[in-house]
Amino acid sequence: MTGKKFEYAPAPESRAIVDLKPSYGLFINGEFVDPADGRAFKTISPATEEVLAEVSEAGKADVDRAVQAARKAYDRVWSKMPARERGKYLYRIARILQERARELAVLESLDNGKPIRESRDVDIPLVAAWFFYYAGWADKLDHAGFGPSPRPLGVAGQVIPWNFPLLMLSWKIAPALAAGNTIVLKPAETTPLTALLFAEICQQAGLPPGVVNIVTGAGETGRALVEHPDVDKVAFTGSTEVGKMIARSTAGSDKKVTLELGGKAANIVFDDAPVDQAVEGIVNGIFFNQGHVCCAGSRLLVQESVYDEVLASLKRRLGTLRVGDPLDKNTDIGAINSAEQLARIRELSAVGEAEGAERWAPPCDLPDKGFWFAPTLFTGVSQAHRIAREEIFGPVLSVLTFRTPQEAVEKANNTPYGLSAGVWTDKGSRILWMAGQLRAGVVWANTFNRFDPASPFGGYKESGYGREGGRHGLEAYLDV
Amino acid sequence: MSDRIPVRKTYKLYIGGKFPRSESGRTYEVTDRKGTFLANAALGSRKDARDAVVAARKAFPGWSAATAYNRGQVLYRVAELLEGRRAQFVDEVVAGEGLSARKAEAVIDETIDRWVWYAGWSDKIAAIHGSSNPVAGPYFDFSVPEPTGVVAVLAPQGSSLLGLVSVIAPAVVTGSTVVVLASEQAPLPAISLSEVLATSDVPAGVVNLLTGRTAEIAPWLASHMDVNAIDLTGAPEQALELEVASADNLKRVLRPDAARDADWTITPGLERLLAYLETKTVWHPIGV
Amino acid sequence: MTTTASLPVGQQLEVGDIVASDASLRRFLHGLPGVDQVGAEARVATLSTRSIKTTAKAWAIDLAISMIDLTTLEGQDTPGKVRALCAKALRPDPADQSTPRVAAICVYPDMVPVAAHELAGSGVHVASVATAFPSGRAALPVKLADTRDAVAAGADEIDMVIDRGAFLSGRYLEVFEEIAAVRQAAGDAHLKVILETGELVTYDNVRRASWLAMLAGGDFIKTSTGKISPAATLPVTLVMLEAVRDFRDTMGRQVGVKPAGGIRTTKDAIKYLVLVNETVGDDWLDPDWFRFGASSLLNDLLMQRTKLTTGRYSGPDYFTLD
Repeated sequence: MTGKKFEYAPAPESRAIVDLKPSYGLFINGEFVDPADGRAFKTISPATEEVLAEVSEAGKADVDRAVQAARKAYDRVWSKMPARERGKYLYRIARILQERARELAVLESLDNGKPIRESRDVDIPLVAAWFFYYAGWADKLDHAGFGPSPRPLGVAGQVIPWNFPLLMLSWKIAPALAAGNTIVLKPAETTPLTALLFAEICQQAGLPPGVVNIVTGAGETGRALVEHPDVDKVAFTGSTEVGKMIARSTAGSDKKVTLELGGKAANIVFDDAPVDQAVEGIVNGIFFNQGHVCCAGSRLLVQESVYDEVLASLKRRLGTLRVGDPLDKNTDIGAINSAEQLARIRELSAVGEAEGAERWAPPCDLPDKGFWFAPTLFTGVSQAHRIAREEIFGPVLSVLTFRTPQEAVEKANNTPYGLSAGVWTDKGSRILWMAGQLRAGVVWANTFNRFDPASPFGGYKESGYGREGGRHGLEAYLDV
Repeated sequence: MSDRIPVRKTYKLYIGGKFPRSESGRTYEVTDRKGTFLANAALGSRKDARDAVVAARKAFPGWSAATAYNRGQVLYRVAELLEGRRAQFVDEVVAGEGLSARKAEAVIDETIDRWVWYAGWSDKIAAIHGSSNPVAGPYFDFSVPEPTGVVAVLAPQGSSLLGLVSVIAPAVVTGSTVVVLASEQAPLPAISLSEVLATSDVPAGVVNLLTGRTAEIAPWLASHMDVNAIDLTGAPEQALELEVASADNLKRVLRPDAARDADWTITPGLERLLAYLETKTVWHPIGV
Repeated sequence: MTTTASLPVGQQLEVGDIVASDASLRRFLHGLPGVDQVGAEARVATLSTRSIKTTAKAWAIDLAISMIDLTTLEGQDTPGKVRALCAKALRPDPADQSTPRVAAICVYPDMVPVAAHELAGSGVHVASVATAFPSGRAALPVKLADTRDAVAAGADEIDMVIDRGAFLSGRYLEVFEEIAAVRQAAGDAHLKVILETGELVTYDNVRRASWLAMLAGGDFIKTSTGKISPAATLPVTLVMLEAVRDFRDTMGRQVGVKPAGGIRTTKDAIKYLVLVNETVGDDWLDPDWFRFGASSLLNDLLMQRTKLTTGRYSGPDYFTLD
């Protein structure tokens, strides 16, 4: 519906605020060091394929060195420090994150491809909020409901994904530090830069060396970290496939494991829904962050009696989405994070067509360079279609219908996943009934994709176990 | 006057509220600590485990939807029935665990009290483990604990009654349904418990009890894709392989803990209750 | 209750069926989809982050100027004041002849003759408030006389107020009939129906009142009198834009939207234009279909316009105060 009359001129956020180094070492024991075997990889901007920096690839020896540093920091410093002092370090970090918010937002958009509007208005503010929230828990653990003086676990090995690089870092690091653990964290190989900037922030905050260590690398680095015998706690966010591998490799050990994995959330629209807001919720549910969201509302379930109306509104709304330069302040949908991810989205979309679903996308000019995929929806999808069962992790929505609340619940729950769900209706008692029936860790009623450090988040079934956020989020990092 | 010949009993499985024989037709001899024959018990098979999971899944929607007060009442009623069968349980524990009558009495006391303790949690755990979350926006946001679903329980091998009750009760009190594999050597108290459950108000399928070889049946439960959680307490030697198999559908795994599992008389903490609870967070806007 | 909750797509409804009785009208209005306050406000907040720069900004400023109903609605209004305002409407920036004219002058009925005389032949419309503005608390014959009087004096646009009392007490048919009567009394003049959204309070009410006004024949729906706080807001305007969009889809007639009151800065005006652009698009990006009821907004637009053309910041002394 966005017209042709009112063309928004380019409004790019300046990159000047980001001071990128040509290459980065590993952050071990408070300083940047070279990897033992000198291996490195390049990280690019997915919007332009421009090389942003060269990043070290941590091998087994490097991971071991980082774990040792974390162990030493745990034994000698962090576990001995009064809790309130620990908390003050987290508060310090939170403040610096706020002060450097613009820089972090620009860097996140550069490295990840997400629109600056989202990194600026969603990711980075939440990152700071996460540290503020857990900073306050550090000296209140006695009151957290886990018995008197709950003990930390020790060294936490954390592996995070590329969809919300810094936000996922904060979900992992803030509660772990507040509970008294030390950390070795591995960011995703396609989005290491904000984690490395966070390492600088740890230095800036005067955090004792070894309390936070950042090792960059790919799957092998992650495996070395997760399987390291001196790691007491493993926290992973990523695919269900890798989550299962981690569950196997930590089996029989004393490692405490929490996993936040994939999803195939149903977003359920009843005929009495506030339609305009529901359409916004559908759009936010699947196109937020290019659909690179584990809790994305990737299966739209519309009551048959309003199907035509909702679909017409939805298509009209999709026509207003602005796809393009992540650094443009008016961009709604940025770049797909990597060539690999783009290939997967294309492959599953092709399968959707081949299986007989009807594909639709608004007219949309995509840039020549970089990795792009137009916001797409599939109609005529049934539960048997692969695009209704497999996580696409991209801007692709499958539209299904239902007739009764019972049918909606049946279809929504008919998946091995159980991370999130959405419900749209003006009827209060139905919302609570639906919320009770849906087998999912987060139910958004008349809203979608909301996050808050005070609010526990995590999945049922194959979407993983453990919760992040709130008092519940502390449990993952305490010996309880 | 000649001694009366006692009627020997062949025990069966307890699945979906019924007492079927093992589909395999197999039985095994249960003896006391000295090797004296006590009874024949069903030697359960993987297919019995499969049937038990189906029964537990079928019972889950109803049991989990019952009010917490109702579940508490139903479970408290079980404690009342246990009290009425004290003598039988004492005999079985004496025979199966080789305890003195006096010690067995104490175990039965503790068993009944343990059951009552857990029953009381039904309508309190949400107050302890749920929350209203003060999010930074116009949303009402709350978290509630919900039962995980079907729980496979490998009951402790040593403590055949108190240990058994201590692993079943925390799963069912919050609304999960269980498939429990009884102590291999001393299954009789478990079988008697199932008879108690069958005559109680606990709905069919909420507790399903298998007897047989732990090493044979446990892997089928660990790899079963419709089991949501597994308690490995009764199989410490097999724990590694069972945990690996459990990863296939990311079961919630309660690992064996030698220190914790050594003494069942200690009042437990919340660990077993929380092990089978999911946390569901619900958001709703606040507006006019 | 599934039949009324949604609007049939592409299916023309008959107004006569809807307003056959108080009950049928109530059923229709209460069957309109609800508005979730938080969701509507969140949508507006997102659109408010749009960054409109350079050429887009210049275009938007000129469009905004051309959409202004330059308004004076004060007890102290005099013919002199109105004449000055008309001069401003015709030549908003005496220093720059390329500046567009505003859409209309908006005055009380007794000032209409003055404005009509000043603006004759200019293309700038003469709008008059009527129907016992701003409260609307007068008998229907008085309201109709007020309307006819303004039209006779030369107003080609009438800004009426709805009976909020009747609306809030659920007497929808009464409100409908009054608007329809004023519609008739206004003759050829364009009818803008002021909902006074600040008194309707909820977005559900705004949506219902919008439909009521459109069903009764309003050419425009307008947020506010400017005498009640809050006056125009972005979320209220969003809901009204959605209403005119849906009304055209189902009834086949396009209706304009006029936020009025409290819009003072270029930044505000551009946010409204972004809202129009991304909710209803090109068809409403036109002074015939979207207006701003404002007075001080014009000078801020002119200052920003000068900044864009000269490259330096201007000051209030360089713009006329009328």
